[in-house]
Amino acid sequence: MDIQLKRGLLDVSVLAAIKNEDSYGYQIIKDMKPYVTLSESTLYTILKRLETAQMLTVRSVEHDGRLRKYYHITEKGRERINEFRRDFNEILTIYRYISREETNNG
Amino acid sequence: MGKEEFLFNLRQRLSVLPPQDIEDRILFYREMIDDRIDDGMSEEAAVAAVGTIDDISKQVMSEIPLSKLVMQTVRPKKEHNAGTLILLIAGAPLWLPILIAVFAVLLSLYIALWAVQLSFWAVNLSFLLAAIVSIPAAVFFFVRANFAGGVFLIGAGILLLGITMLMFVVCRLLTKALIWLTEKFFYMIKSAFVRKEAH
Repeated sequence: MDIQLKRGLLDVSVLAAIKNEDSYGYQIIKDMKPYVTLSESTLYTILKRLETAQMLTVRSVEHDGRLRKYYHITEKGRERINEFRRDFNEILTIYRYISREETNNG
Repeated sequence: MGKEEFLFNLRQRLSVLPPQDIEDRILFYREMIDDRIDDGMSEEAAVAAVGTIDDISKQVMSEIPLSKLVMQTVRPKKEHNAGTLILLIAGAPLWLPILIAVFAVLLSLYIALWAVQLSFWAVNLSFLLAAIVSIPAAVFFFVRANFAGGVFLIGAGILLLGITMLMFVVCRLLTKALIWLTEKFFYMIKSAFVRKEAH
């Protein structure tokens, strides 16, 4: 898949993984596994990018005597998801157009 | 590989990054491994699951801009003592011109490579122009009832067009190769900085 497109998709996927409740790294990877395979280093980069873009916030929570980082979606993050859904509808319309052309010619 | 060994090796490999960045990443991988162990994995399996150090460092390096990498490497980790500083300043007339010369040579080589490319494209374009011009020229010859000349020009035009098409393919390949080479070269510079720090 096109790298830019995939990057955008993964960003939104990670936001979707935390939109219902705060989550931590390993849980995000497990939740996404049926849909997207995500390596640790990729997830790290995405989380950093989203944090810099103020689409999520991070807090450390103690768990079993060690710290675990929980990621919380911000209003801006939710907006990004909605924006993606709007964009996707547009893409879908174009996709239908492209597919129709294909059936006509073939 | 055990958890601590993995994290130690990773830290070594990432040592070109800003210290805060390294701590952040180590913390992230430690949490990932611990969570997998809590999930019932053995320590070995948990470490293996987060990926190899080679893959991780490769990805990290590809994401970080070269300028940041160089800045971090060039900036001293520890304070220089006065002796080193004086030596560095006193030696400047020696090492500075050498450094500039090395860069100048590299730059001129690079420009030369592109110049060759440009000349190839220019020749290609001139062939194309000649091919196009040969058509009205042929018409002109026909009008003047010089049939031999007209046929010759049409033949020449078709030949030139053929050469243009072949050359276009070759030129494109050359340009692509040079772009590929440029990317490889930047990657090489990057990894040179990385390797120097890692061992």
